[in-house]
Amino acid sequence: MSELKTALTSPVFKNNPIALQILGICSALAVTSSLQVTLVMCISVTLVTAFSSMAVSSIRNHIPSSIRIIVQMVIIASLVIVVDQVLKAYAFAISKQLSVFVGLIITNCIVMGRAEGFAMKNPPLASFVDGIGNGLGYSVVLISVAVVRELFGSGKLFGFEILPVVTNGGWYVPNGLLLLPPSAFFLIGFFIWALRSWKKEQVEKEEFKIAKNTRSVKEAF
Amino acid sequence: MANNDSIKKVLLVAVSLCIVCALLVSSAVVMLKPVQKINKERDLKKNILAAAGLYQEGVSIEEQFEKITTKLVNFETGKFSDDYAVAGFDQRKFAKDSATSTDLGEADIAKIKRRENYGLVYLVGSEGQYDKVILPIRGYGLWSTLWGFVALENDFNTVAGLGFYEHGETPGLGGEVDNPNWKALWPGKEVYRDGEVAIEMVKGNVTEATPHAINKVDGLSGATLTSRGVSNLVQFWMGKMGYESFLDNLRAGEA
Repeated sequence: MSELKTALTSPVFKNNPIALQILGICSALAVTSSLQVTLVMCISVTLVTAFSSMAVSSIRNHIPSSIRIIVQMVIIASLVIVVDQVLKAYAFAISKQLSVFVGLIITNCIVMGRAEGFAMKNPPLASFVDGIGNGLGYSVVLISVAVVRELFGSGKLFGFEILPVVTNGGWYVPNGLLLLPPSAFFLIGFFIWALRSWKKEQVEKEEFKIAKNTRSVKEAF
Repeated sequence: MANNDSIKKVLLVAVSLCIVCALLVSSAVVMLKPVQKINKERDLKKNILAAAGLYQEGVSIEEQFEKITTKLVNFETGKFSDDYAVAGFDQRKFAKDSATSTDLGEADIAKIKRRENYGLVYLVGSEGQYDKVILPIRGYGLWSTLWGFVALENDFNTVAGLGFYEHGETPGLGGEVDNPNWKALWPGKEVYRDGEVAIEMVKGNVTEATPHAINKVDGLSGATLTSRGVSNLVQFWMGKMGYESFLDNLRAGEA
């Protein structure tokens, strides 16, 4: 039981797919300018990751290793198409805003990464929980980025005005940069910085160290 | 486990997986199609209302659309036609079929190759007393065909609004055709000058000092080709091969 709990909670902060593994950045930049759209994206990615991991895991003993990546891709792609169709039917406006990014969940490294890295070696239930956990880890980063971007970029949250903007007679001058995708780079950077100052063990060892001076300054000149 | 990699097993796994996935995907698509169709229609209606500046948020789109009459127009005669039923009329299919469309040849400034012989128009107001007319337009920009609507006031010359609902232009450059500030430049502009199509998009800003400013709209900065495309497609649909004769008839009350 405790293993399942770890599988669920550790990807949220301890082993976050975006912050530590730096996976799935592309969609994190693209869909985070509004909180509502972000939430739908998070739910979609979480469901796809969970169910694809479960499906891959349940047939893991029968997948020939020569075609295992293709098998994983087929499962993931099918689930993504189903999600896309459901969104088009029940959340049309949001699906229009998400446009290609729902389809691009197929190429989201988190989904592939969990299928290949975890589900191929673990039983279905653990894989399912691991998928949910990684989806949550992805969601934590996306939602925090989206809150900052929507609040300071357009003065709104979920489309409701929080900071009255100047164009509507308020006092807040929105920061246009935050509505552009590059701003998510800065925010994710800050998020990683904050996370690594809190959990020091996530800081990677330096690959190279500058050697100590072997000559004294006097000798050198 | 060891014989997982035999050819027989590989084929078996691949084929059965494909069958299962194909079943899953196709049943999802088939089951959800009716709901998606309603959404698409609703979205189209919303775009029609938005182009005419009639769209109100929070009010049911079906309710708002009630004041709009959809009619079929014959491009040849420029008159309303009953040759086909309005409900279920598939204009895109008509435009593709060589039996129901006209090869444009030289006249093809909007780069759409063929123009359908019949098209839908949307009218606001009552018979003979139309307040606005909303016309579907389309044409090639830089990367893609832009699909949209232009709405005209009841002099059938002054633009009431313009908007595109489907395009694949570069976001931030050509994609600025969706920018409300740019779309707000269109209402009040006049399409015709001395009976000729004169509306166009020009480089830079149009000021009061610009000659014939009433026929000119600011181009999109950084998107010369998209601007040219939009300019051409509006000119095409307002011209002889487009709605010109229909608008003349409408003005004379003979449509």
